[in-house]
Amino acid sequence: MSECDGRAIEASGLVKSFAGRPPVRALDGVDLDVDAGSTVAVLGPSGCGKTTLLRILAGFERPDAGTVTIGGRSVATGNIHIPPERRNVGIVAQEGALFPHLDVAGNIGFGLTGMPRRERGRRIAELLELVGLAGHQRRRPHELSGGQQQRVAVARALAPGPAIILLDEPFAALDTGLRASLRDDVAGVLATTGATAVLVTHDQTEALTMSDTVAVMRHGRIVQQATPEALYRRPVDLTTARFTGDVVVLPGRLRAGVVTCALGALPADADSSSEDRDVTLMLRPEQIVIDPQGATSATVGAIRYEGHDALVHLHVDRHAMLARWSAVELPALDDVVTVAVKGTATIYRRVADEEV
Amino acid sequence: MSLIAAAVVAAVAVVIPMVYVVVRALERGWGPFEATLWRARTLQMVVRSVGLAATVTAATLVIGIGAAWLVARTDLPGRRFWRIALGLPLAMPSYVAAWGWIGWRPSLAGPLGAWLVLTTISYPYVYFPVLGALRRSDPALEEAARSLGRAPVRVFLGVTLPAVRIAAVGGGLLVGLYVLSDFGAVSIMRFEVLTQSIYRSYRASFDRTPAAVLGCVLVVLSLVVVMAVTRVHHRARFDRAGTGSSRPAPPITLGRGSLPATLALAGLMVVVFAVPLRSLVLWLDRGRSQTDWSQWWSATTSTLTIAAVAAVATVLVALPIAILSARHAGALSTSVTGLAYAGHALPGIVIALSLVFFGVRFAMPIYQRLPMLIFAYVVLFLSLALGAMHQAIAHAPPILDDVARSLGRTQWQAWWSVTLRLSAPGIGVAAALVCLTVMKELPATLLLRPIGTDTLATRLWSHTSASSYAAAAPYAATILIVAAIPTALLSGVGARDPSADEE
Repeated sequence: MSECDGRAIEASGLVKSFAGRPPVRALDGVDLDVDAGSTVAVLGPSGCGKTTLLRILAGFERPDAGTVTIGGRSVATGNIHIPPERRNVGIVAQEGALFPHLDVAGNIGFGLTGMPRRERGRRIAELLELVGLAGHQRRRPHELSGGQQQRVAVARALAPGPAIILLDEPFAALDTGLRASLRDDVAGVLATTGATAVLVTHDQTEALTMSDTVAVMRHGRIVQQATPEALYRRPVDLTTARFTGDVVVLPGRLRAGVVTCALGALPADADSSSEDRDVTLMLRPEQIVIDPQGATSATVGAIRYEGHDALVHLHVDRHAMLARWSAVELPALDDVVTVAVKGTATIYRRVADEEV
Repeated sequence: MSLIAAAVVAAVAVVIPMVYVVVRALERGWGPFEATLWRARTLQMVVRSVGLAATVTAATLVIGIGAAWLVARTDLPGRRFWRIALGLPLAMPSYVAAWGWIGWRPSLAGPLGAWLVLTTISYPYVYFPVLGALRRSDPALEEAARSLGRAPVRVFLGVTLPAVRIAAVGGGLLVGLYVLSDFGAVSIMRFEVLTQSIYRSYRASFDRTPAAVLGCVLVVLSLVVVMAVTRVHHRARFDRAGTGSSRPAPPITLGRGSLPATLALAGLMVVVFAVPLRSLVLWLDRGRSQTDWSQWWSATTSTLTIAAVAAVATVLVALPIAILSARHAGALSTSVTGLAYAGHALPGIVIALSLVFFGVRFAMPIYQRLPMLIFAYVVLFLSLALGAMHQAIAHAPPILDDVARSLGRTQWQAWWSVTLRLSAPGIGVAAALVCLTVMKELPATLLLRPIGTDTLATRLWSHTSASSYAAAAPYAATILIVAAIPTALLSGVGARDPSADEE
């Protein structure tokens, strides 16, 4: 497939309810655009409707309302429903879902119908090489490890050269170390092939590391779609902020682009025109740094050691907060350190009982 | 939608005979109905039928589970041999076994003989599903229990047994149904229970109402069991999630226990086979000169033809129902499955009786012709096919169909190349089971066979009822040989499942 410009997927106003008492509204007006050749992660807690969204894109479910366009072709509108087999969409399911009655070559070749034998064999070998399993053609699925099964599942989905590839929590069943390396490999494969991918996950690290944009989903809606950096730095609300990483949340007072709080006067990323008002501000723990010239002193509470760095609980006045510091030079418990803040604070409307 | 329609039509069709026997029983009003119902003799028949079914079921549970565990989970020497040998009794028709035993010890006639024969023949109904469940169940649980310091025996009781409970209960209920509807063994053992009572009162008088009433009683008894079966199957709906493909279990070391275990299985085989086969060889030798070989040949070919046609017809009728019950749980699916199983509740004798009534009145063109007989077999053995097919289809994860569709297959192609392919062993088992059972079927064949057609079973029956054991022997031998082939295939299927072919 070519790395053409434009949108690979345009979904708008998707609504889907399931029977029940009361009926479950899985999707409540979802809009999602995916640029050709990019990877979008749909990030949300379980039950937020992300799997339903994926099944609608693949064509296994029909939306109650809304439209889906794949590669400029309308595949789901009011009266059109293109079935999954004619959508040119590859899927990688949770735990692989390899066909147990076929060997690896049989699985990867499943979608390569109408291709001459030799060419088919070459394509299978090529894909196996791509996913790092060269020579495994004759293995049976149960002889493979979980990670290998997932690699085969990715190769199988890529084999027919789909317009888009949908990955449904593909690494959820794997252990941590394996997950990280497989994640990188799969991201590499997707980049190499120039595939357009939608990754559904509840794991924020997975979403941030693997995708070009992240769509955060909650209660059947997409609350924010942004690049990983923009999402991490400027989450649309506090719930999203907490969902995408550790946070420092403080009350403050905003005036002309500067917010005053327990950590002093910080530049705010909000519009500076507004007049004086009470706000809630959000920082990421790594923004708080030890600085001998700093204006604020903080007492060190608990330290959560994580190897390369550590999350340090700090007390400033009556406020508790987190800082992420390199593990090379950590203070000791109950030390008093002076700190400063790097970067800008993200500003939210003050919420009455916001716990900090 | 077409799936649901097909399933409903199939289920309703098989219920016609059940409804019709009730209609026939009440044709002359409540008076004659009640007169038959409250006779002391009727109560006695009920007690005998239920007692026999309960005692046989209890014995088959012990034998079936024990044998399946030894074969599936331990390092018992010669497991491949035992796996196949233990399934063979399925090939032995109850009347052949009964004929063999009574030919050896005439004093066995009565309840004990009937219990013995039916137990030795029907335990595979428990053995096969439990074997299947053991092969599918995740050995990790048992390994965990072992690692927590449990002795193998306690692991078996505390972990293995609960894991196969549903399969065992389902199999046990099938045994109960089998015993309730058995006609051949109890007749030859001269132990009169409901089935034989029905046949006698049907033959004895022109007034066929008492036969119909007794038929209703038997139907009610069986329905109770069937309702239990449906509940069990409903609860057994599962899709194997888990990590892709299941891992074969490493066998448990029997050590010094392997000698007693081998002896126990060998003893079972002696009881099941040696006695009937000894009689068979004896009478075969004596009867060689009296056999009419052209009669024998025509009986053999018609038996094979009828059984093959019936197997195909039954599997085709069962397919939509099995898909519905495995993939679409719900009220409709439960009732359709219930109706389909109800067919099995109707013992052959009742089906035959009902179809005789029905055929004479409404379907004269096919009465005593092949379609009528095939229909009777479909009604009788639909549940047999469904049991195996439901399990197999429920076992193929629906996500695989989704994946196949995303790779360009239509719904039907995906079904064909994935779900059907994965459940093919189960469907093959279903066809083999039906084929096998049709070849052995006696009462319905006796009453509904096309005029002028004789099967191996009816020939055998006409000779044993005349006590000409020698003339019956070639037919008995042929039934055993012909029936052994699908049985061997059936036992072999388990060995070829994808999880077991690690070379």
